[in-house]
Amino acid sequence: MPEPEDRPDDQPDERPDERPDEQAGERAGERPAAEPTGRQRLREAFRSPGRGQVVVAVLLAAVGFGAVTQVNATEEDDSYTGYRQQDLIDVLSGLAGASERARSEIARLEESRSDLLDRSESRRSALEQAQEESDTLAILAGLVPVRGPGVRIEIDGTVSIDSMLDLVQELRSAGAEALEVNDRVRLVAQSSFEATEAGLVVDGELLGPPYVLEAIGEPSGLRGALSFPGGPEDSLEDDGATIVVEQLESVEVDSVVDDAAPDVAVGVD
Amino acid sequence: MIAVLGLLGGVLLGLVLQPDVPVGLEPYLPIAVVAALDAAFGGLRAFLDGIFDDKVFVVSFVSNVVIAAGIVYIGDRLGVGGQLSTGVIVVLGIRIFSNVAAIRRHLFHA
Repeated sequence: MPEPEDRPDDQPDERPDERPDEQAGERAGERPAAEPTGRQRLREAFRSPGRGQVVVAVLLAAVGFGAVTQVNATEEDDSYTGYRQQDLIDVLSGLAGASERARSEIARLEESRSDLLDRSESRRSALEQAQEESDTLAILAGLVPVRGPGVRIEIDGTVSIDSMLDLVQELRSAGAEALEVNDRVRLVAQSSFEATEAGLVVDGELLGPPYVLEAIGEPSGLRGALSFPGGPEDSLEDDGATIVVEQLESVEVDSVVDDAAPDVAVGVD
Repeated sequence: MIAVLGLLGGVLLGLVLQPDVPVGLEPYLPIAVVAALDAAFGGLRAFLDGIFDDKVFVVSFVSNVVIAAGIVYIGDRLGVGGQLSTGVIVVLGIRIFSNVAAIRRHLFHA
């Protein structure tokens, strides 16, 4: 292996090149005129290639081939075939860490999901309960029309207010859930009776005979509450009225109380 | 002239054939290519210096490629293949830079 020629490869005479450029120019100037410059040599080689260039051509072909092959492989290579064992282990442990993190994230999200579901569940049941309660209270307060089994009591003739109040009280204590007079006035907790010449005034409405009182409740129980000795039926007949009681499968109470909201009373916790 | 034709021929051959790199050689091919590039630039520089010899070129080309691939192979056996191939690439890259600098001075006088 001839040493001097090998130098440019292994340990090229770097010193002149690393110096500032004036030095290189100086050196070129120093060159004897007989020795061709690099450019001239290159031009010469292009014009009249020697036999030695064939070997160089073969090797350069190998370089080009290898480079293109490698470029292709790099572009195509989306798999891990070219990886070293250590690289693969690193990739694997990285993936394992990532999947571990993802799994704990999933667990956390599932927990918060079930938490939210629980909360919305309990909220919905609270809402249902409140709705039910509100329905019940609306019925009791006379805010909605209702229907159900009950009795229809028709009273004709003159009635005293005491007998009327007695009748309503007896119906209530027998479990009447909704009461209505003459299809016009719903009887609720705030209802009041007044006696006038023309007839009864119930909640500000003047009503004349015949008075029709519809009550929703257990029909036979309501019926029994009227007919015991000294009961409302007797006292109404004593007043000089006639009373007819029908037990019905379905009684409709359509009238409602308009404004049940209290004006001045507020709740105390 | 022939040398340039040879380089173009190799590139075209690679483009046309689209060969698959054998799995066993895959870590060494890029190192070998860089080492061969280094040898090629060294040869061009020697040529411009007027000290080119095709026998030397062949020997240095082959030994460059073999040593570079061999270092990486040994590194793989020792479990430091990744680091060693990085080191080889760095060294070869520095050499390519200095060779190209010399070539540049020859061709452009700058």
